[in-house]
Amino acid sequence: MKFSEEFETRFAEMVPHYPTKRSALVPTLLYAQDEVGFLSNEVIAEIASRLDLTELEVRNVISYYSMLTVEPRGKFVVQVCTNISCMVRGAEEILHHCARKLGIDHKQTTADGLFTLEEVECIGACSWAPAAQVNYDFHENLTTEKIDSILDDYRKRGTQ
Amino acid sequence: MADLVSHPDEVKVVSRRFGMGATDLDRYLELDGYKAVQKALAMEPDAIISEVKNSGLRGRGGAGFSTGMKWSFVPKQSAKPKYVLCNGDESEPGTCKDRLIFEHDPHAVIEGVMIGALAVGARSGYIYIRGEYRYLSVIMQKAIREAYARGFIGKNIFGSGRDLDIYWHGGAGAYEVGEESALMESLEGKRGIPRIRPPFPAVVGLWGGPTVINNAETLANVPHIILGGGDWYAKLGTPKNGGTRLFCLSGNIAKPGVYELPMGYNLQKMIYDVGGGIPNGRKLKAVVPGGSSCPCLTADEIDVAMDFDSVQKAGSMLGSGGVVVVDDAQCIVKFALRTMKFYQHESCGWCIPCREGTDWLKKTLIRFHAGGGVKKDIDNMQYLSENMLGRTFCPLGDAAAMPTIAFVKKFRKEFEDHLEGRPCPFEKEGVAEPVLA
Repeated sequence: MKFSEEFETRFAEMVPHYPTKRSALVPTLLYAQDEVGFLSNEVIAEIASRLDLTELEVRNVISYYSMLTVEPRGKFVVQVCTNISCMVRGAEEILHHCARKLGIDHKQTTADGLFTLEEVECIGACSWAPAAQVNYDFHENLTTEKIDSILDDYRKRGTQ
Repeated sequence: MADLVSHPDEVKVVSRRFGMGATDLDRYLELDGYKAVQKALAMEPDAIISEVKNSGLRGRGGAGFSTGMKWSFVPKQSAKPKYVLCNGDESEPGTCKDRLIFEHDPHAVIEGVMIGALAVGARSGYIYIRGEYRYLSVIMQKAIREAYARGFIGKNIFGSGRDLDIYWHGGAGAYEVGEESALMESLEGKRGIPRIRPPFPAVVGLWGGPTVINNAETLANVPHIILGGGDWYAKLGTPKNGGTRLFCLSGNIAKPGVYELPMGYNLQKMIYDVGGGIPNGRKLKAVVPGGSSCPCLTADEIDVAMDFDSVQKAGSMLGSGGVVVVDDAQCIVKFALRTMKFYQHESCGWCIPCREGTDWLKKTLIRFHAGGGVKKDIDNMQYLSENMLGRTFCPLGDAAAMPTIAFVKKFRKEFEDHLEGRPCPFEKEGVAEPVLA
């Protein structure tokens, strides 16, 4: 299995940075997931083989890290932080607004495959709370109006 | 987005280049960049360590261990290669400062890692950035590439005849991985399970070799210390607590933001002068002084100098600099619950007291907050927390237990007000149940 040229260049460069091939595993998994959408059986087998690991060893590692998934998700993963700094500034309202607007709950995906909603732990935006990430993009100082319009923008982007 | 703020009381050392375009290498050089490492190249390793010891710099990640002393633990001779590892896994609730360093001054982190490497005799350094900080990883990777292109890293750095490699590494979502031994496990491509100590990383670390692990803010201070001198840095703070630190003000505060203030700055002043006090006509109820792992302080306890030793004397910790302010509209039981949900979720599961203890505390608090608590629960929570302390491979168990003990002790009345099926006195209309159950 081959990934994009960008992935292959990055992978070839990254592996020699470490004395063991295994050390490249976690960032490689995330980059592969970014490309394929999730860590499919094929991706897992490929990465295991490249790093001289068993698939079991790779799956053991995947199960530990919260950003890694073996299930497909929506095009846009809406991650709303509800940890302490965000909570006291209204994060729960933001989360519930998203759930109502999208019609899904935590870790669910909309039927059209556009959005997955997740309640997440601290993303490092505490001084700009309440905050969320959509994929890797930060959205901060949120209000329900703001997140509403942000989601509408993503929907437009996703259906173009 | 992650807007910058300012206040006249700020003393800008590690944040002095924020907002000045220092991600651009030439701009960084204009702003005294890469001068410190060149100075360090001409110093004896022991002299570098001395300077850092004299500065009084203590770990800015949370534990506050003397940086110079940590570096001095690395053996001079080593059969295995030595490493410097920058901990950029910032995930402590309430903490958002390393983010700004990566965003505005990535080369300072690189330079700090390099100076550490020269001090301990390492030939490689790794900068580990949490997976969620992707845009910051992109910035760091670019900074590293450009420093290589200029001959500042790699072979024969600055024409010195010495080689030094710096590599980026990325995580994929795990709070526990910010713990130094779990960080190493993660970097080695494994689940982030902590290691037993001793041996400590400075002696047996990455791939078995001596490894210095420091927080990103700690490392970003090092070039300034080398240029300005340890004495200068020490005098900015208080005795044995040298320098300044980035404080992340968040929560129910009028002017949240990341402010760089001298070590020992008064917390009350920080909340009311720097932070602008409590908005919406509310009153202060509690403050978490250094990230969620630190026991809370009540409104009567905020007249304290924010340095490691003073806050420890006051029964808490300076921690990560995450100052989370809580007003009197918040329910402390719910706050405690959300904190326990976090630790239960993030517990790696290796040690029974943490895995089972955080789960039991979370479940008890869910039941308690919903009105199903009995009086015995309150003392049980304290008793259980006390029995988690010091019985685990890493401090995550303590990080859950100590705040719980503080919440229960200091806000006992509020816990009692939830007894006998009463609805939560603070619950707003129409707010649904907690998730992440």
